[in-house]
Amino acid sequence: MANKILEVKNLKKYFQTPKGMLHAVDDVTFTIEEGKTLGVVGESGCGKSTTGRAILRLHEPTSGEVIFNGENILTKNADEMRLLRRQMQLIFQDPYASLDPRNTVSEIIGEPLKLQKIIPDKAKRLEKVYELMETVGLAERLVNTYPHELDGGRRQRIGIARALAMEPKFIVCDEPVSALDVSIQAQILNLMQDLQEQMGLTYMFITHDLSVVHHFADDIAVMYLGQLIEKAPSGMLFDKPTHPYTQALLSAIPVPSLNKKRERILLKGEITSPINPKPGCRFAARCPYATDRCRSEEPKLKEIEPNHFVACHLCD
Amino acid sequence: MAQKNPKDLILDIKDLVIHYETDDGTVEAVNGIDIQLEYGKTLGLVGETGSGKTTTALSVLRLVPDPPGVIKNGSIFLDGKDIMNLPQKELEAVRGHLASMIFQDPMTSLNPVFTVGDQISEVIALHENCSKKEADEKAGDMLEVVGIPRERFAEYPHQFSGGMKQRVVIAMALACNPKLLLADEPTTALDVTIQAQVLETMKGLREKFGSAMIMITHDLGIIAEVCDEVSVVYAGQIVEHGTLVDVFNHTRHPYTEGLFGSLPNIEIKRNRLSPIPGLMPDPTDLPKGCCFAPRCKYATPDCEKARPAKKWLSDTHYVRCSRYDEPNFKIEREDQ
Repeated sequence: MANKILEVKNLKKYFQTPKGMLHAVDDVTFTIEEGKTLGVVGESGCGKSTTGRAILRLHEPTSGEVIFNGENILTKNADEMRLLRRQMQLIFQDPYASLDPRNTVSEIIGEPLKLQKIIPDKAKRLEKVYELMETVGLAERLVNTYPHELDGGRRQRIGIARALAMEPKFIVCDEPVSALDVSIQAQILNLMQDLQEQMGLTYMFITHDLSVVHHFADDIAVMYLGQLIEKAPSGMLFDKPTHPYTQALLSAIPVPSLNKKRERILLKGEITSPINPKPGCRFAARCPYATDRCRSEEPKLKEIEPNHFVACHLCD
Repeated sequence: MAQKNPKDLILDIKDLVIHYETDDGTVEAVNGIDIQLEYGKTLGLVGETGSGKTTTALSVLRLVPDPPGVIKNGSIFLDGKDIMNLPQKELEAVRGHLASMIFQDPMTSLNPVFTVGDQISEVIALHENCSKKEADEKAGDMLEVVGIPRERFAEYPHQFSGGMKQRVVIAMALACNPKLLLADEPTTALDVTIQAQVLETMKGLREKFGSAMIMITHDLGIIAEVCDEVSVVYAGQIVEHGTLVDVFNHTRHPYTEGLFGSLPNIEIKRNRLSPIPGLMPDPTDLPKGCCFAPRCKYATPDCEKARPAKKWLSDTHYVRCSRYDEPNFKIEREDQ
C-alpha cells in the first residue's frame, strides 16, 4: 500500500455573497497516494479549482482537515505554512496571466528561491535557474526574455519551472494545458509525465477535459456543484461510470474517430446555482432517474466496490 | 481530380491569399486556400491558433479588417455572387441573410444594452421587410427553436448563462434562414455537457433548414461528429482535404497524423502522446518550401525547396506533401 501523501477530510469552503452563502466546496473527502495523479474533473463552477486552492490554503477553508504527510496543515501558522509551501506548489491555468510581465524568465523562475531564502546568492541562483530551464526544456538563450516575447507553451514551461524550483512533493495543476493548442498541449503533458517519473511527484490535476484526464490520471474524482460525486481508478471510471452525471459527462466527449458510434446522454438544463443549495441530491433537477428520495435526502459517498466511490441513491 | 459542378456549390473559393500588413511585417495569414462546398453540406476547418481558419471565414462575408488585412488574390463566389466585387449595399443584404456567422465567444458577441429578443428581431426586421411586430413574433419563435422559452424575450444577455447566450447567438444566425452558416469555434467556451446540447441543437436546425455550414474548430472530435468533409489547415494552407472517412481513416499528411498523435483519445489508452515537435512557423516569415517541413519527421531537403502542390489521391481526397511523389512513401499512422 503506497503512502498517502494527502488526505482531505470533509473539506468545506463557503463564500459569503450578497445573495447568500455560496457552497463552493461542500464536504469533500479524498486521498492521494504518493507518486500518483488524482484527476479532478467537472464543469465550470463545480468547485474544482477552489478545492485545489483550499488545499494549499490560498483560500482559507471554512472547515475540514487537510492532512499532508501526516500533519493537519490547517492548524499551521503563517511561518510554518511558508515552509510547507516548499513542498506544495501550484501550476496555473493561464500562462498569459500567471507570469509577471515586468520580470524576465530568470527573475520569475528564481523568485521563489529568493523569497524562501533557499539560494540567497545571485550567481548561484542563476545556475539553478539554468538547471530548471533545462529540466523543462527551455533554451538557455531565453533567460533574459520577457513573457510577452514567448508563446503559450513556453510560458507554461516557465510556470512549471517556477513550481519545480522548490523541489516540491505535491503539485496542484489547475487546468495547465487548457489554454494551449493540441500539438503544444501534448508536449506539456509529456513533460509533466516525465517530471513525475523522474522526481516522484504527486499531482492533483484539475481539468474539464476528460480525454486529458483519462490519459494522465491514476484516479479520477468527479465533482458537481461543490460535491464529490464519484471517485474511482481511471480505467474503472471510464468502463463503469455509475453516477448518472458521470455517465452523461463521459458520453458528451466528442471522440476523434469514426469507427465507434456511441450512445449520447443529453442532459437537460444547466448547472444550478451553488448559492444556498436545496436539500437533496444537487444533480436531481437534471437527472433522468431522479426520485422523490433524491429531491429530499442528500446521498452520501459510498464504496460500491473496492476503490470505487459513488454518491447516488440509485446504488442502494 | 474531382471537379464539382459550380451549380451545386453554395461556396466556391479559389486560391485565396490574405495578408495582414502591419508595421512589424506582413503576416501571411491565408496562402492559397480553395474551398468548394455544396448546398446543405458541412465542411470542417481544423487547425491550430493562427493557421488562418478565422480569416478565411471572415473573408466570405468580407469582414476581414482592412487595414491591416489585404486580400491579395483569389475569388469568392457565394451562392453564385461574386463577393469580392459586390457593392457595399448588396454585401449588407448578404450578411446575416444569405450567410451568417456564429462567433466563438458568446459573452462578447451580444450587445449588453439590448434585450436578446430585440437583437434577434433586429436581424429579421432588417432583412425581411416586415413590421416590428412580425419580427418580434418570429424572434420569439426562434428562441423556442433553440430551446429558450419565449418569455425570456425581454431579458438582457447578462441574465443568461454561457450556453444560453450561445443559443441566442445561434438563433440570431439562423433567424433569416441562411444558406450558409459560418461557425467559428461555437462551443469552445462551453462546458462539455452544454457543448453536447448546443451541437445537438445546431445539428437539428441544420437538418430542418437545410443550411450548409463551415465548422471551424481545433477539436477533431467535434469534426467527427458534425461534418461531412474536412480540411486540415496549417500556416494558411489546406494541407489535407477529404471526406471524414478519407481524413480520419486514411490519413495521409504528416501534420494530420501529428494532430491525431497529440490527442488524448478515450477510446485508445496510450502510455505517451506523440506530440509534433517545435512550433508553428512565424507567419511573418514563412519558410519558402513546405511550411510544415521544419517540424516534419519525414521531411527531406527537397521539401524545403518549394511549396508542395495539391496531390489528388482519389476523387475526394487531396494532400499537399511532396513526399507522395515517391511511389512507396507512407506515413506511420495506419488506415483505421
